[in-house]
Amino acid sequence: MDITLSKTQENIIKETRRFLKKECPPEYVQEMFRDDLGFTDELWVKMKRMDWMAMRIPEVYGGIGMGQLDMSLLLEEMGRVVMPGPFFSTIVLAAEVILAAGTEIQKKQYLKKIADGQLKATLALHEPEGGADLSYIRMLAEPDGDDFIVSGTKLYVPDAHLADILVMPVLTRTSGNPTHDLSLFIMDRHETGISITSLPTMDGTRKLSAINFDRVRLPQETILGKQHHGYAPLMQALQRAQVGLVAESVGGAQQAMEIATEYAKVRIQYDQPIGAFQAVKHMCAQMYTDSESARSMLYWASWAQDYGEKTEAAIAASAAKSYCTEAFTNVASKGIQVLGGTGFTMDNAMHLYLKRAKANQAALGTPRYHRERVMQLLTADGEAS
Amino acid sequence: MDFKLSPEEEVFRQEFREWLKEALPRNWDPYNQPTFRDHLKIRDSYRAFQRKLFNAGYAGINYDTAYGGQGRTLMESVIISQELGRMCISLVIPGVITHGMALPLIYFCGTEAQKKKFIPKILDGSHLWCQGFSEPDAGSDVANVSTMAIRDGDSYIVNGQKVWTSMAHFADYCLLVVRTDPESRKHKGLSYLLVDMSLAGINPRPMTQITGEAEFNEVFFDDVRVPVGSLIGQEGQGWQMAITTLMFERAMGDVVISAAYETNVAKLLQMAAQTKNAGQPIVEDPLVRQQIAQSYIEIMALKYHGLRNFSSHIKTGIPGPEGSIGKLLWSEPNQRLTESAIDMQGPAAQVTGGPWSIQNGSWQYAFLRSKGNTIEAGTSEIQRNIIGERVLGLPKDASRT
Repeated sequence: MDITLSKTQENIIKETRRFLKKECPPEYVQEMFRDDLGFTDELWVKMKRMDWMAMRIPEVYGGIGMGQLDMSLLLEEMGRVVMPGPFFSTIVLAAEVILAAGTEIQKKQYLKKIADGQLKATLALHEPEGGADLSYIRMLAEPDGDDFIVSGTKLYVPDAHLADILVMPVLTRTSGNPTHDLSLFIMDRHETGISITSLPTMDGTRKLSAINFDRVRLPQETILGKQHHGYAPLMQALQRAQVGLVAESVGGAQQAMEIATEYAKVRIQYDQPIGAFQAVKHMCAQMYTDSESARSMLYWASWAQDYGEKTEAAIAASAAKSYCTEAFTNVASKGIQVLGGTGFTMDNAMHLYLKRAKANQAALGTPRYHRERVMQLLTADGEAS
Repeated sequence: MDFKLSPEEEVFRQEFREWLKEALPRNWDPYNQPTFRDHLKIRDSYRAFQRKLFNAGYAGINYDTAYGGQGRTLMESVIISQELGRMCISLVIPGVITHGMALPLIYFCGTEAQKKKFIPKILDGSHLWCQGFSEPDAGSDVANVSTMAIRDGDSYIVNGQKVWTSMAHFADYCLLVVRTDPESRKHKGLSYLLVDMSLAGINPRPMTQITGEAEFNEVFFDDVRVPVGSLIGQEGQGWQMAITTLMFERAMGDVVISAAYETNVAKLLQMAAQTKNAGQPIVEDPLVRQQIAQSYIEIMALKYHGLRNFSSHIKTGIPGPEGSIGKLLWSEPNQRLTESAIDMQGPAAQVTGGPWSIQNGSWQYAFLRSKGNTIEAGTSEIQRNIIGERVLGLPKDASRT
């Protein structure tokens, strides 16, 4: 048992941190927060030169083939700076689904381009009546010859406005058990009948959209992998994506804690730094406790995706998603409190952390959803995907 | 990074698990373990079990064979601790000061003679130790010790009073912190004595805690003549020795506790399946499910944080700052778990025994006992001070010296 980082891993952290400090400073993030697109191609090109898009993609598909833990270290650093943009939707969401579900030809076709930074992508998952239930898919694709016609609405799709391709779960038959009827489709975002509407969100660093499908024609070959067999790979991919959000959250919590603690050392009131007062000191101590224990959960969850057995990996992902996103929210909230009035302004970066924390809590299964999932796995009511 | 044990370690764990199954009393139920109600029974059970562990080669796993240890690895010691925590925490708890404080202190700071005298008897269960640290005026202000040890020929004359001394009423030896320099204040001038509890002038008086049991004591020292050879380390070094040994043992404690708590969650799941509300098993109640899952998740955070902490310790040789959050990670979640456990019982929450109690009223005991968790071994407030000041570098407030 060795729960320490290797030298290589420490270097990943160092390099990533250095890059982001220069290329993604708070001023940039604040600007993107307010910007409609919320992202600049300049940064994408620079990230591509760091080979970040290639990290998770296996070598055989043109990537570097790193494991979940290495990915988590990268995402932690991105979370530290609340990095905006479609890296998450493309790499952590869409690419994982393609990797889990696609045929060899499809994987070669899409993943190389993604690894090269040539394609941006996203996953259109949620439906209006589904709430937090990730498997609540009811949109039905009607067969029309060899094609399918799809109508309906998908919600809360991250960075759809920047995506080149969409991956989407849809039912392709009605057996009565939706998990047996689900297929994954991959399509050009600009397909006729697809219209994207921006949703105003608290977290301006992760733009969300509603996508309306008005009798969109999807040919047979746009099915990703096997027809009707999309559920299992989708859930597998989502599990890894959840760990990705956990990693962002752990990084964000760490930075929020550091900002607040630094402030507590320099802000003088009553002739001493406010960190001398127990109430403030104890908030900082709790922030540290939450951040550090969250990191331990992240390491376990990340490792388990690649090396743990199925049930452990599933429990770890849900336990971490619940624990670490709540920890992030608690830390960011306390961060605002420690900063006092300053923390409550848009000018201060702390609001970015609170908003990303809440966004991460809400996305890919709320803590409540994941606690229920843990219960099912503990009582063997639920199957690990 | 690897969360798995090596194949050899896995074999070691399996072998111990099988041995443990046979070694525990017949009909042993991890969900229904004895409490401190009968303290003499607790002492005798601990002694008998520790002797069994010793005879089977499972005591002092990572301690030198010269003193009766097994000379094996720290990781193997963790494995044993985890299995004991999982199955029989009540047999481990009486030895917590003995193995968690006396053993490392004597091992790292004792003379050859002291190691040879005390370590084998710790490992084979002959000696049970208590810790004489806190005093009526030295609680959180732990260095405010005023129990005096004045040199007189080949003895120290000890006078003073200790409080919250667990098991002093049946312990054989005491790790006693005393002030050997009468001019000194606070942490300067403190020394550690290894005191035979049968010496004349030592008078423990059990104190009943809110669970109705007497785990701890006031202990009065009236002109107790303690041989000079009882001093461990140098005079005036007591504080440093205490801090060092505490740090090394924190990680192991977290490992044992998280294993015991995993068993608690399993017990809670069983309770929820067997208990009804409006005629339905409460394990189907969404709110109950949320609470149980949350408790489980918090215990996983404790477990993996403890292991990560251990791992870093093994690699670098020194405990890292991450260890300081360990107590907060078990004490507060345990309070939440035990309270939600009784809350979900409805009106049965009031019943502590008898045929209409749930799981023998053990959650009621656990709930009350848990109130001590955020106070003992350093209050939550002190823990947060330590984290804030020593880990985060925040300044002390001006009013504190």
